[in-house]
Amino acid sequence: MSPLTDSARRTRAMIRKESLQILRDPSSLLIAIALPILLLLIFGYGVSLDARHVPIAVVEEARTPAAEGFVAGLRHSPWFIPRSYPDIHDAVAALQRQDVDGILWLRENFGRSMESFRDHGVHVVVNGVDDNTARLVEGYLQNTWEGWLEQRNLRGRTLSFLPVGLDMRILYNPNVRSRDFLVPGLIAVIMTLIGALLTSMVVAREWERGTLESLFSTPVTIPEILLGKFLPYFVLGMAGMGISVLMGHYLFEVPLRGSLFVLTVTSALFLTTALGMGLVISTVSKNQFVAGQIAIVFTFLPAFILSGFIFDIHSMPLFIRILTHIIPASYYVTILQSLFLAGDIPGVVWPNAAALLLFAIFLFAVLFRISRKRIL
Amino acid sequence: MAEDKGRPGPALRIRNLVRTFRTPRGILRALDDVSFEVAPGTITGIIGPDGAGKTTLMRILAGIMEPDSGTMEILGRDPRTERAAILDNLGYMPQKFGLYEDLTVGENMDLHADLHGVPLERRAALYAPLLRMTALSPFIGRLSGKLSGGMKQKLGVACSLVHAPALLLLDEPTVGVDPVSRRELWEILRTEVGQSSTTLLVSTAYMDEAEKFDRVVILYNGKILGEGPPGDFVTEATGHVFLLSLPDMPPRRLEPEIALLPGVADCSGSELGVRTVTLAPSPPDLPPTLPARIDPTPPVFEDAFMLRLALRMTGAGGENAPASPRKELSWGGGSGTKKGGEPAIEIRELTRTFGSFVAVNRLTFSVGRGEIFGLLGANGAGKTTTFRMLAGLLLPSSGTLRIDSRDVTGGNVASLRGRLGYMSQKFSLYAQLTVLQNLIFFSSAYGMGGKRQRDRVEELLEFFDLTPFKNESSGLLPLGFRQRLALAASIMHEPSILLLDEPTSGVDPVARREFWRVISQISLRGVSVLVTTHFMGEATACDRLAIMAQGRLVALGSPREITESAKTPQNLQPTLEEAFILHLEKAGTLEAAGARE
Repeated sequence: MSPLTDSARRTRAMIRKESLQILRDPSSLLIAIALPILLLLIFGYGVSLDARHVPIAVVEEARTPAAEGFVAGLRHSPWFIPRSYPDIHDAVAALQRQDVDGILWLRENFGRSMESFRDHGVHVVVNGVDDNTARLVEGYLQNTWEGWLEQRNLRGRTLSFLPVGLDMRILYNPNVRSRDFLVPGLIAVIMTLIGALLTSMVVAREWERGTLESLFSTPVTIPEILLGKFLPYFVLGMAGMGISVLMGHYLFEVPLRGSLFVLTVTSALFLTTALGMGLVISTVSKNQFVAGQIAIVFTFLPAFILSGFIFDIHSMPLFIRILTHIIPASYYVTILQSLFLAGDIPGVVWPNAAALLLFAIFLFAVLFRISRKRIL
Repeated sequence: MAEDKGRPGPALRIRNLVRTFRTPRGILRALDDVSFEVAPGTITGIIGPDGAGKTTLMRILAGIMEPDSGTMEILGRDPRTERAAILDNLGYMPQKFGLYEDLTVGENMDLHADLHGVPLERRAALYAPLLRMTALSPFIGRLSGKLSGGMKQKLGVACSLVHAPALLLLDEPTVGVDPVSRRELWEILRTEVGQSSTTLLVSTAYMDEAEKFDRVVILYNGKILGEGPPGDFVTEATGHVFLLSLPDMPPRRLEPEIALLPGVADCSGSELGVRTVTLAPSPPDLPPTLPARIDPTPPVFEDAFMLRLALRMTGAGGENAPASPRKELSWGGGSGTKKGGEPAIEIRELTRTFGSFVAVNRLTFSVGRGEIFGLLGANGAGKTTTFRMLAGLLLPSSGTLRIDSRDVTGGNVASLRGRLGYMSQKFSLYAQLTVLQNLIFFSSAYGMGGKRQRDRVEELLEFFDLTPFKNESSGLLPLGFRQRLALAASIMHEPSILLLDEPTSGVDPVARREFWRVISQISLRGVSVLVTTHFMGEATACDRLAIMAQGRLVALGSPREITESAKTPQNLQPTLEEAFILHLEKAGTLEAAGARE
């Protein structure tokens, strides 16, 4: 037998062994298949960064047609559920009880001094505890107000006092649906989880069970062992990604504007870095429990918090912003968000993909350096 | 693969091998200038207690550890330059068998065959005899994690043999395995060596396996204590071994007295008397206060080992005298001091099922006060389940269980927990806590406090020679010390009943002797001791034995009664081990007959 066929045979044996273990161990399948579905359902349905159906208190001191018209406009908006309160004190009490997230106070002079910029007779109070919702409520009310003004102007009842109109167009996510923004990021988190968490267990498990000891005494080589660990989990990771993409596109109707080819290539690159991290962690720690902890603290949490998936990197302090550069997931999140929402933009995709490639090369170089067919 | 076997010269040549480890306690010389040779086609045993360096030696030979210095020649090749060629012809089974528990028997064997490049067309011919010898054919599709301990061990051996290696290294293949499985394994290995002239190197902590080897290498603290055919060692001890007995003094009381005599290398109590090994080939000098009868006895390998060890120790200045000065352990409170009367433990028709599996089947026996009662049986015979019911950790499915004349069948052991001491197989110590912290924790758990607690902890540290280690992490202690600490923790509250589940597996024979000395001293205070063990030497030290098989009681009586009952026309003087195996085989055939009906 030539050395090549021997090596191929051994690699195949390692891959088959690892695949059988994956199929028989419900926990790895659970992480690879059930977890993406669960996370997508939670983030797709449960977590939303949009404010919809926000309860808002309306205090109308002026029962003028102008005020009625404005409140009616509010009622038809998908963003608010207006509730009427007789006076401002009741409304403030409701705000304090968190029955409403904001107060719209239409003073007596509402609609009368339309021509003056100084006082429209409208006051808005927003609960600032949840700053995200507060900002949204503020923005939506502003929008509604401007819309209402514009309509009045169109009817020609007053002079156009907005000679320079601000025409806002939101690019790439015209519906401003946070789901479209979250799902691509979620795929990165899921792939980090499958890649690092699963593989961080697999080498450590062999140390713990003493199986590596008997493997080492056979002619199998380190690259063969590592390839045997890498390939099955690579397939599992790509399957997890496939599920996420399908669910994202068909269930949550997230657009996919980039090409599947670019998506697959960049995902494969990222998965390689995630698997590399998991294998390095596993080889160093030699203990499943420790490996799992390290994987969560050093790969999953940073991917979740620092990748720009939920929290905007640009609003982080400088030090943290520098830190995000050593997190492969942040490059991948950028790629995914552009692929899903904007399309194949070479200027975004390829520099970030190159960064991922460097990470992958670095991690595997480390892995080969620290893996020896020796114990102790 | 098989081409190398005809090679002349030794299969293994080791010269001046040294391997050290850095530990928190300093540099440990795991192998200290070890040299020996192994002839092809022979079985060589590396015998030594836990921590002797056996596993380090095996790992170095298997190529998964580097020596610090020294040279090796494996199958005529130098591992530094020809490692790949050696690995092709080497089989190695690590201590934990190295099996993938989520792969089936067949898949485990296939993996090893693939990794060794065994062609598919040769596999059937290679597998058939292995599966036949190991009796694993019916289980080829079963996950190896679902096999019994004995079967796992056989599968581990089968996996290391799939490529018909010229040299097979087995690291403690029989540790924690019951005598029946051990005997079967030896048959397999002997057949293999006989048929394919494989060279076999096996390490073991069981002294009584020595006679199965062509040659033995005794390893102790990383050094070779002796090397040669096992018969030579036994011959060397001839004239050194005596059985001492005194009519009005039970061996258990006599033994500590003998241990203190000058010139005594080793002694251990049994029903018939105190087996004594002397440093010089002459009977021990007995003081007039001990007019014991002295009967010369033929030596066994363990006697020879203890003799070599004692000679080495005294030669080196006797820094580690075998017997420590006599110490007394207080055992107050009359909790277990009364002898006779009601039995301490009374079990009637005790049954425990797990689903359709009957783990313990209508077990009936009682243990008297101050009695040392041994529970023997193959792995999975129901010993640990019985112990857990006694300790109140598991409720019986049916039957009654009385402790100190109180019915505790319903699990109301809690009120009696203060009278029970339990030491589990794994010692249940907190490895990160120091010796002192462990003792304080366990005594607090038993509700002790104040001066009484301080005094008791102090006393136990002193009694078990643990005072010098009291501020060390218990996880870093040598096994023998950890075992003593576990015993100290379990007797902290002066229980009247002590349950010991395989307390000495893997422990140094010297430490084992001391352990039993303490146990017999405790039993003399009226404490009932229930113990499980795989060591037949320890079983003979018990007052009575119960042998369990498949959850049932198959024999009950004193060691002498058990051996008497196993007498056959072919074997008029069976050893306890032979008697044990005979009883298990009888139970096995009964079971098989029952299954056929």
